[in-house]
Amino acid sequence: MTTTATRPSTVDSTGRTRRRRRVSAGRIVVYVVLVLALIPVLFPVYYAFVGSVMPGGDLASSPPKVFPTGFAWRNLTGVFDSIPLATQYLNSVLQAGVITVAQLVTSIFAAYAFAWMRLAGKRFLFAAFMATLMVPAESIIIPNYLHIADWGLLTGTGGMTPGVLLGLVLPFLANMFGTFLLRQAFLQFPGELRDAAVMDGCGHLRFLWRILVPLARPSIAAAGVYIFLTAWNQYFWPLLVTRSPGQQTLQIGITQLRNAEVGDLGLVIAGVALSVIPTLLIVLFGQRYIVRGLTAGAVR
Amino acid sequence: MTTGGTVPRAPARHTGEHLMAYLFLVPSALVFGAFVVWPLGDSVYLSMHGSDLFGGASVFVGLQNYTDMFTSGEFGHVLLNTLLFVLLTVLPGVLGALVVVLLLESQIRGARVLRTAFALPFAFSVATASVIFSVIYNYQIGLANGILGFLGVDKVGWTTDPHMAMVSLALTTVWMNLGYNVLVLSAGVGAIPGEVMEAARLDGATGVALARRIILPLVSPQIFFLVVVTTIQSLQSFGQIHILTRGGPDGATTTLVYSIYKKAFAFGSSDFGAASAQAMVLLLIVLACTGIQFGVLQRRVHY
Repeated sequence: MTTTATRPSTVDSTGRTRRRRRVSAGRIVVYVVLVLALIPVLFPVYYAFVGSVMPGGDLASSPPKVFPTGFAWRNLTGVFDSIPLATQYLNSVLQAGVITVAQLVTSIFAAYAFAWMRLAGKRFLFAAFMATLMVPAESIIIPNYLHIADWGLLTGTGGMTPGVLLGLVLPFLANMFGTFLLRQAFLQFPGELRDAAVMDGCGHLRFLWRILVPLARPSIAAAGVYIFLTAWNQYFWPLLVTRSPGQQTLQIGITQLRNAEVGDLGLVIAGVALSVIPTLLIVLFGQRYIVRGLTAGAVR
Repeated sequence: MTTGGTVPRAPARHTGEHLMAYLFLVPSALVFGAFVVWPLGDSVYLSMHGSDLFGGASVFVGLQNYTDMFTSGEFGHVLLNTLLFVLLTVLPGVLGALVVVLLLESQIRGARVLRTAFALPFAFSVATASVIFSVIYNYQIGLANGILGFLGVDKVGWTTDPHMAMVSLALTTVWMNLGYNVLVLSAGVGAIPGEVMEAARLDGATGVALARRIILPLVSPQIFFLVVVTTIQSLQSFGQIHILTRGGPDGATTTLVYSIYKKAFAFGSSDFGAASAQAMVLLLIVLACTGIQFGVLQRRVHY
């Protein structure tokens, strides 16, 4: 780190300087390895954005160009002509938004009951609730699909309807991941908090929403970010329960774009760039929330 | 109603509390009941019935769907594909992230910026990642073949060559998972107490020795967690297969989940009975993985 350590003229040939010099040589190796590893990691990200404004000729040439020779807004605007991207954006916002809010509410209630309330059979109930996490969604996707169809929620071939939205979100209105995370967060507050609130004549509902929820805001934000990302990125379920471009979420829409526009890769990449922006912003600026959510599962 | 060590005063209020707690659990319980428990029962039911033209359950066939499944060579293929996909995604994914994190932890400048750079793929959904990779894998004009051409190597059918398709899927998946893996392992390393690292460094532990003797044992819980979680994730992978290969060429990338999809939903097929039998196998495999996770976590992971 210090420049003097790498300057050979000031060497007093003690072991100490020699070791420091070796460390900085090691550091250079570390940098080189990391940068080499970064190239394949970052390239698809680079391509998703630079490719989205590349002129068609750049992408279709063989071999393809890595650096653009021009700037083509046409791709980005063309996306909106080719698929109802704006509509699908809205569909995704609705789907992920409803899931996030609903799951936070159901999780906050359940987490509070498990963390702070007297409840007969609590350990059993908690174990039973946690067991739902062990069931992979794909293993029960057929009956879930059949139920949604039975309830008449797979209707229409036009735009988004309340029924279709309901079909998209229903199975995800509660989840034990967020509940577990919030329970851990709630458990960290001292019992005196509740005692003081009871003295003031504060019931469970008021205590939960007026005192505990504001105090646990960072954990709730972490759960919210995680729930939103998962919902926004869903693929299998929205593929099954939407019937037309107007009903599809963004994730399904961009893959349809790929099928429809085989010849126009610029358009396809532009669709990806537009749909990845929200989640990219979350990773760039909300990383600490993501890490909080991840480590709840990993560190326990 | 037992109230433990608390004063047995005002039991009525406690009954109220119990009731209220149940009320708080009702919304979650309804969702789990309707969309986990009930479908689980249905899956068992469907797997023991034939399917009419529209996929509805017809006659009771007992274990017929299961015996058909296990006696058809096709299903053995599906299981092998699934195993191959898991191996090709989990090991490189976890090891790659581990190397990156250990390098990031060797006290270099800009480690935070670099970590964020490595975490960026986390922003990509399975659909966005797969679409970008499908462009890169394009036979005629894709970048992957462009690079090979530059190196003087013949073009490869990344998603169309039966020997290559699974590798291409795995590459995409490893790339997608890298951000998550790096974030989890970084958090694990970050949780090592500063004094431990400092003491190790004072004792002269640097580079590889520090990584092997101090960091690796201390992040072993996170490594184990990642192996289990990414194994389960890989078992459930669907989007990349659906977008990049559709299970092909010639079934070479048809994993368990994709096989369920093909039997139940694809190409007008609606053999819900056979698909449900496979879904039960998926359920059992994932349950086994989770069981191993709990078993090991309970016993030992540290050191």
